[in-house]
Amino acid sequence: MADGSIGLWTVPLAVLGGAIRVSTPFLFVSLGECITERSGRINLGLEGTLVMGAMSAYGISYLTGSPWLGVLAAGITGALLGALHAGICSLPRVNDVAVGIALMLFGTGLAFYLGKPLIEPTAPRLPAIDFGWWSDIPQVRAALRINVLFLIGVVLAPILYWAFRITRWGLLIRTAGESSDAARAMGHSVLLIRLRATMVGGFLAGIGGSFLSLFYPGSWNEGLSSGQGITAVALVIFARWDPLLCLWASLAFGGAAALGPALQSVGVTSGYHLFNAAPYILTLAIMIITCSPKRTLTGAPAELSITR
Amino acid sequence: MIIGEPPPPSGAFGVDALAMTMRFGDFLALDNVELKVRPGSFHALLGENGAGKSTLVKCIMGYYHATEGDILVGGREQAIANPKDAHALGLGMVYQHFTLVPAMTVAENLVLARDDVPAVVNWPKEMKELEAFLARMPFKVPLAAKVSDISAGERQKCEILKQLYLKRRFLILDEPTSVLTPAEADEVLGMLRDMVVKGELTILMITHKFREVMAFADEVTILRRGKLAGAGKVSELTPDAMARTMIGAEELTVQPPRTGEAGKARLELEKLRALDDAGAMAVHDVSLTVRAGEIVGIAGVSGNGQRQLVEVLAGQREAEGGEIRVAGDPYHASREEMRRHNMSLLPEEPLKNACVGGMSVADNIAFREFDRAPFASGGWWLNRGAFRDDAKKKIRKYKIKTRTPETPISALSGGNVQRAVLARELASDVEVLIAANPCFGLDFAAVAQIHAEIMAARNRGAAVLLVSEDLDELLELSDRLVVMFHGEFVYEARTSEADLTEVGRHMAGH
Repeated sequence: MADGSIGLWTVPLAVLGGAIRVSTPFLFVSLGECITERSGRINLGLEGTLVMGAMSAYGISYLTGSPWLGVLAAGITGALLGALHAGICSLPRVNDVAVGIALMLFGTGLAFYLGKPLIEPTAPRLPAIDFGWWSDIPQVRAALRINVLFLIGVVLAPILYWAFRITRWGLLIRTAGESSDAARAMGHSVLLIRLRATMVGGFLAGIGGSFLSLFYPGSWNEGLSSGQGITAVALVIFARWDPLLCLWASLAFGGAAALGPALQSVGVTSGYHLFNAAPYILTLAIMIITCSPKRTLTGAPAELSITR
Repeated sequence: MIIGEPPPPSGAFGVDALAMTMRFGDFLALDNVELKVRPGSFHALLGENGAGKSTLVKCIMGYYHATEGDILVGGREQAIANPKDAHALGLGMVYQHFTLVPAMTVAENLVLARDDVPAVVNWPKEMKELEAFLARMPFKVPLAAKVSDISAGERQKCEILKQLYLKRRFLILDEPTSVLTPAEADEVLGMLRDMVVKGELTILMITHKFREVMAFADEVTILRRGKLAGAGKVSELTPDAMARTMIGAEELTVQPPRTGEAGKARLELEKLRALDDAGAMAVHDVSLTVRAGEIVGIAGVSGNGQRQLVEVLAGQREAEGGEIRVAGDPYHASREEMRRHNMSLLPEEPLKNACVGGMSVADNIAFREFDRAPFASGGWWLNRGAFRDDAKKKIRKYKIKTRTPETPISALSGGNVQRAVLARELASDVEVLIAANPCFGLDFAAVAQIHAEIMAARNRGAAVLLVSEDLDELLELSDRLVVMFHGEFVYEARTSEADLTEVGRHMAGH
């Protein structure tokens, strides 16, 4: 044990810090996917969007010297990929799940290809706010160095929760997702609503990607995401399409992902890779517990291809 | 509203559709049809399935653009390019399929339907305005309830209220009472009738129920196969005359008379329970005995557990508890048991529940016996010739209209799909027959044929369980009548002694 002063408290503290740090991409991708799925479409391509976002954010941050321009670039890249997904899906007889898988491979492949020259250089990173200034303990200070993007995400979740209820756009997105017949009978274009919802979803997922390359881990390499985008899509189902639950679920997944490194830091090294698999095991376990062959999921948008 | 045009006159107005012709490729859906709805009248549009009623009103509402013909709104010619134009003119339509969003509240659905939904909805203010609006309306709906939680009758009232909330003054109703009990239907139509009499509203109602035409409509237009078959004042017509105009010269299958007495118990349900897709109890401890040579009818408004009950009997859903016995043996809907007990099934939506749409008519007809002689040798080598020969025989016997036995069954009309299922299910000796809404959406000829076949099966000694939302059908066919409400059997009587008001009361859960 490197620091005897707080002993085993290192583990929960590291898990908390990890939850805040690791959950940010989960949070952005799941909020984005929440919007898309509420409009009646599932976008599995967000894994590709996440990686493309990470790559473009890193590239732009490196070229311009401004990490915030990088974040913006990541969002725009994500929105474009979302538009591509929505565009293909608006063709007749196209399955959104299949398109999503294709775009996932396309996005990651393209990011690896374009990102080759970015592995070596170092780009300016996003700033963090030090909420641990009151403490002398380095672990506490480390855990409470909180990134601005995380704070934005935390504010965004309740805003979305309300937006689905009291704004015109929120109601329209829900209508398109619950009954496209009803939306059409009111004279709205379901495809247009879904295009916009998928673009916003892609925008948020891209920002989630920028966090990966510009804050934590904070560099660009090909193993950056390791399936976080796809895990976040599953997380939306677990969160029952509720933005507030998405926030809590993201924190839980972030905490699970931080478990392995946290245990390693106090000297528990056996089963390290097993603990690293915690988020995936959590995904599986949650899916098994919450799904039943006999009933449909409560809260699921009725137009979603997986519930229809 | 087209900018620059003066607004249409206030109060009820009429709509005339003149010389309407609508072509879909080679198919002539409307052929020079005329429809004149006078302002402030209750007009019924009658016709069989496929007669062109829906096409005609969809042309008026701007969903379709007629190949030829003109539409006059309030006496002035209007080019209605899309539903929004129709709405701007004050035209509204209540669809047969609900267009409310089930996961949202009634209030959300009403506000959402407006053209000018504010970017941020001020709910307290909107609720106050909605309550003020409801206070002026003849019927009430719970504003804060989710649409998925209210009854079918309330949903239909909501649909109509939505149109009134949007200040529509010409209302098209497409089979508005198909999900209502007779009492609810009378209530809703009666209130609309009052608004028509006051001159606030003009109504065009698509229907096939003569009772409602006689009771509520002033005038009627009858279509047959895309052509105008007749029109006139309801007071000068009889149901018989209207029916004859609707069907034309086509001969209907004559239903055999009811013969023979009920025998031994064949199908027994004991404390059967089943869940719906959301995991809620849909069928709650129902017990019932159907005897040989007897038709037991299950009445009820749709959504009271009938679908789940039939799915359990068909093997499409697992029962949560209870027992099914056929001829005394426990029954789990396996193929072997179905064959041993000669179980037959006519499920609702036959194309979805009893057919494989992409496979041929011949294959679909052979499903029950396809791996036995003469269709197969040794249980695996299929003899295509036998499929075709058998199908040809049954296509002739059951008057299935298909181009060839090899045509995919999904290409057939609803009536002919049901005839093909009938041919498959009733060809051999039937001991137990379960039928669910077997005539839903079918034309007179198909209905007459299906009713005749069901009665014939009963006379041959089959135990028949007939689940239907059509009370007239049940009164005509069944020996015994059971009412299902909220997953339970709440009323039972011999059909000959059943009291209609009593039945209606139990259907509505009072």
